[in-house]
Amino acid sequence: MEAHVAPADIVIKLVKVSTRFGSHIVHSDLDLEVRRGEIFALVGGSGSGKSTLLREMILLHRPDSGSIQVLGADLLTLGDDEALALRQRWGVMFQHGGLFGSLTVKENIGLPLREHTDLTDDFIDDLATWKLSMAGLPAEVGAQYPADLSGGMMKRASLARALALDPDLLFLDEPTAGLDPASADGVDELIRTLRDLFGLTIVMITHDLDLLWQVTDRVAVLADGHVQGVGSMNDLSRSDMPAIRQFFDGPRGRAAEQQKNALAITHNATRESSSKQK
Amino acid sequence: MLLGFVGESAVTLAGWIAHPARMRWRPVLYNIRSAGFDALPIVGLLSFLLGIVVAYQGADQLRQYGANIYVADLVGLSMLREFAPLITAIIVAGRSGSAYAAPIGTMSVTEEIDAMRTIGIAPMDLLVLPKVIGLVVVLPLLTVFADVLGVFGGMIMARAELGVSFGEFLDRFVTAVSISSYLVGLGKAPFFATIIAIVGCFQGFRTKGGADAVGRHTTRSVVQSIFLVIVADALFSVAFSALDL
Repeated sequence: MEAHVAPADIVIKLVKVSTRFGSHIVHSDLDLEVRRGEIFALVGGSGSGKSTLLREMILLHRPDSGSIQVLGADLLTLGDDEALALRQRWGVMFQHGGLFGSLTVKENIGLPLREHTDLTDDFIDDLATWKLSMAGLPAEVGAQYPADLSGGMMKRASLARALALDPDLLFLDEPTAGLDPASADGVDELIRTLRDLFGLTIVMITHDLDLLWQVTDRVAVLADGHVQGVGSMNDLSRSDMPAIRQFFDGPRGRAAEQQKNALAITHNATRESSSKQK
Repeated sequence: MLLGFVGESAVTLAGWIAHPARMRWRPVLYNIRSAGFDALPIVGLLSFLLGIVVAYQGADQLRQYGANIYVADLVGLSMLREFAPLITAIIVAGRSGSAYAAPIGTMSVTEEIDAMRTIGIAPMDLLVLPKVIGLVVVLPLLTVFADVLGVFGGMIMARAELGVSFGEFLDRFVTAVSISSYLVGLGKAPFFATIIAIVGCFQGFRTKGGADAVGRHTTRSVVQSIFLVIVADALFSVAFSALDL
């Protein structure tokens, strides 16, 4: 179904992953691949196991069987030191931020650097401020505590911390959930910029159809413990599998698709007019 | 579940002992202050009052037999062997057990624990061991403090009710209370400390869901640690009587 991809370009590879909670089967023999430099999204209804799958990719949960390879390392046979080294190569933005309430935003962002590098405190502060601006927040926010931040700022601060160690791989859990439309648009833009500027591979969980249409390269739909389909949003929208159709056929699904098409037309139009001027 | 947690703590502790450089001293010192120094007033006051109560309850009986001076035996042995370690552990379980469970529980709920793991900081290193070590250091010290104030409370009551002067009381106290009685009481404190710290942290880590779960697990941590402290104390009594201490 999909074009063959060189193994070196596969950043995450899941083979026959099975997960159970008691008698409840979350994943059964699930296979998935994420390629270098793409923005990849996991979607699925509540309880479809996408959060569990993300937790398995970032070493927070062990599957019952199967193998997971991330950045060339096999997560199930990893020693403590290798796990520590691997964790420094990815950043995670949690749904609720996961910022430490007892530290200021700047200290939060600097924490991974303080833990894992020998940099001086001044330099770490400078880096933290820079990461903060990369995530689109003004420097003043650095002195505030997470409890004082709005939802959107919290997500951006969490993203800044995820970027602290210049990761190769970024995991985002619901990056736009609970944000007002303007902030959500800002996050869309930010995610795309990060990938384009730094060549990051980005894996996210989201329900946000606008984000899916406008930002992602490939999307995997999870249902009944399996990946029901993987492909670009355009490919998936032409699929006729019921679990996937469910996703596109609601009024929200159609509205987001139309908006994407409308945007693409204006985008092309501006590009044409600007090329004519040249 | 709890046993698994105890095992995990022990493994981390072994790692610290093997690599002392990995130890995190700041949180240990912070815990010594918050669980120990800050608890001095309440531990002191309550054991002082307990000393008064013990002497008062004994006074009537002793007076009937004209054995006033034996109030020193009564207060000394009961405070040093039993009441001071127990009341200290119960106060600390209420104060610090909840102070361990609630913040850790909140951190579990707000994904801070997960974030900590992904940043590459083991929560055991930062959140559990400093509390266990801090409390193991501090609870015996608090117990000594409780011993002193409890006996002092008993002395005051002995003088008021039985006419035993401080000098007479202390003379009798020295002969009546052996060093082993003192050590028996003190030796229980590190075990109580471990129980309180481990149960508090364990309940914190088990918290899942929302704010209501934090409250539920905090309550549970206090109830369980007081329960286990008293059970452990009873087991110590059985063991000591078998050993004739």
